[in-house]
Amino acid sequence: MAQARGQKPKTKSQKPTMIELPTLGWQSIVILVVFGVSLLIATYCTYAERVIAAFLQDRVGPDRAGPFGLLQPLADAVKLFTKEEFFPAGANRALFVLGPCLAMITALMSSAVIPFGNVIQFGTNVFNLQGIEVNIGMLWVFGIVSLGVYGVMIGGWASNNKFSLLGAIRAGSQNISYELAMGMSLIAVLMISGTLSLREITLQQSVAGEWHFWNIVKQPLGFIIFLVCAFAETNRTPFDLPECETELVGGYHTEYSSMKMGLYLFAEYVNVFVASAVMSVLYFGGFNFPFQYELRDWLVSAQGWELVSAQNLISILGLLLLFGKIFAFIFFFMWVRWTLPRFRYDQLMRLGWTILIPLAIFNILLTGGLILGGIIK
Amino acid sequence: MQSLSNRAKKLEAKPMTLAERAYLPAIFQGLSITMRHFFRAATKKQVTVRYPEEKRPFSPIFRGLHVLKRDEQGRERCTACGLCAVACPAEAITMVAGERKKGEENLYREEKYAVSYEVNMLRCIFCGLCEEACPKAAVYLQPDKMAPPRFERDEFIYGKDRLVEPVDPSARSIRGIQLTPEQAQTLSQRLAH
Repeated sequence: MAQARGQKPKTKSQKPTMIELPTLGWQSIVILVVFGVSLLIATYCTYAERVIAAFLQDRVGPDRAGPFGLLQPLADAVKLFTKEEFFPAGANRALFVLGPCLAMITALMSSAVIPFGNVIQFGTNVFNLQGIEVNIGMLWVFGIVSLGVYGVMIGGWASNNKFSLLGAIRAGSQNISYELAMGMSLIAVLMISGTLSLREITLQQSVAGEWHFWNIVKQPLGFIIFLVCAFAETNRTPFDLPECETELVGGYHTEYSSMKMGLYLFAEYVNVFVASAVMSVLYFGGFNFPFQYELRDWLVSAQGWELVSAQNLISILGLLLLFGKIFAFIFFFMWVRWTLPRFRYDQLMRLGWTILIPLAIFNILLTGGLILGGIIK
Repeated sequence: MQSLSNRAKKLEAKPMTLAERAYLPAIFQGLSITMRHFFRAATKKQVTVRYPEEKRPFSPIFRGLHVLKRDEQGRERCTACGLCAVACPAEAITMVAGERKKGEENLYREEKYAVSYEVNMLRCIFCGLCEEACPKAAVYLQPDKMAPPRFERDEFIYGKDRLVEPVDPSARSIRGIQLTPEQAQTLSQRLAH
């Protein structure tokens, strides 16, 4: 052992120019970056939400803290951190703390499998711009998102408050109902792609040298169902019944204060970010963009670039474009929030069970028929 | 029920059409409306007034904080006749009259003047009756100033120190006796000597 340890620096000094990054190390860096980026985006979502809400209502929005109010999230964080930590009487303290932690952890975990970009190559090392590449990526997202409802349920139950409990129950039943339709709309995508790996699904949406369409063209109905369910899964208006202020004070987070409250709010925005990312990957080509292969070939042939660096450039452009798509979806989430009123609870359930699920089943049948007929593949 | 005006419209709930039941057309309609507002706010028309930096203009006939005017030679116009206090429906004005001494002719225009003149801004209803009652054109409500909020009640009782208009003509309110530019210039020259 000691010998092996002693030898290590020697082998490194033999080839000093070569950067050796083990896969695990690279993955942990990517994971940390992904977490950091998710949190940053969630932070600025709070700001964006307020500015967009203001603009949609002909107002200005926060513009006091820093230029254009850009330091507003910082001020909010300071406010939340310095608030009193409150525990309601009769609350189950352990579970009361566990609730927001669980909500936050599950929200962040689901971003691990999202392919943010294609491969980047340094020398002989090829790195994925993705936390973990697993062949069950979509199942992972679904599993973690379903776990996320535990955070809400536990928090609502542990608060020892009727409003919280009602909010938690609503969250539970709503998520279960809409997960069904969401899963079924996804099955149609899986029938086309034949894989659960998000990277594979992305790569299949653009193949070099032939016309290939993003899944939105093949699955318009499925996308609409998925979109509606994504709104319900992230508890956003018009499906924000778990926390609807007008009926339930604050829903499941009525009794929460300080940063525990902040974690719940953050988790919601991280969920919005992840939902946007998943929708971009599943239906809008992920990190692909039109004419990427033509651009790469042009760089190689006309500009004399190396194939590797051209590919790296395409990957980075794809990464930026994926974030563009994600931001467009986040904007859409907020746009809808400040446009539509909230559904009534029975309307919500009727929409989920009697409209979306039959539609999703119909979509599966339709997709199957089209695949059999050879119209889409 | 019998309609009184015969203008009542009979409404009946029709079953929704397929487009209405699908929600989506109505949703897109709503989204387009909010998007129009988004671009309007982003480009030009926001209703917000950013208060401390930007103030909404007062109406030209706005009645705000009182001012005790000076005449063209910089003397106080008020003669402490008490008509304003009598006219005041809120009984906000109190004053103490005094006799002008020899050598004070450049301070007070009349032989009798107000030693103290107090307006309680918490009582005042800013009706402007004092302004109408004043025979000497001494008290006016300024159209561009308001009594600012304070923490203590006695800070709302404005004495002569805060009511009499400044000696410097350029710092004066525009309401009431307005000096011509020439008058203002001669006055400021006189005061400078």
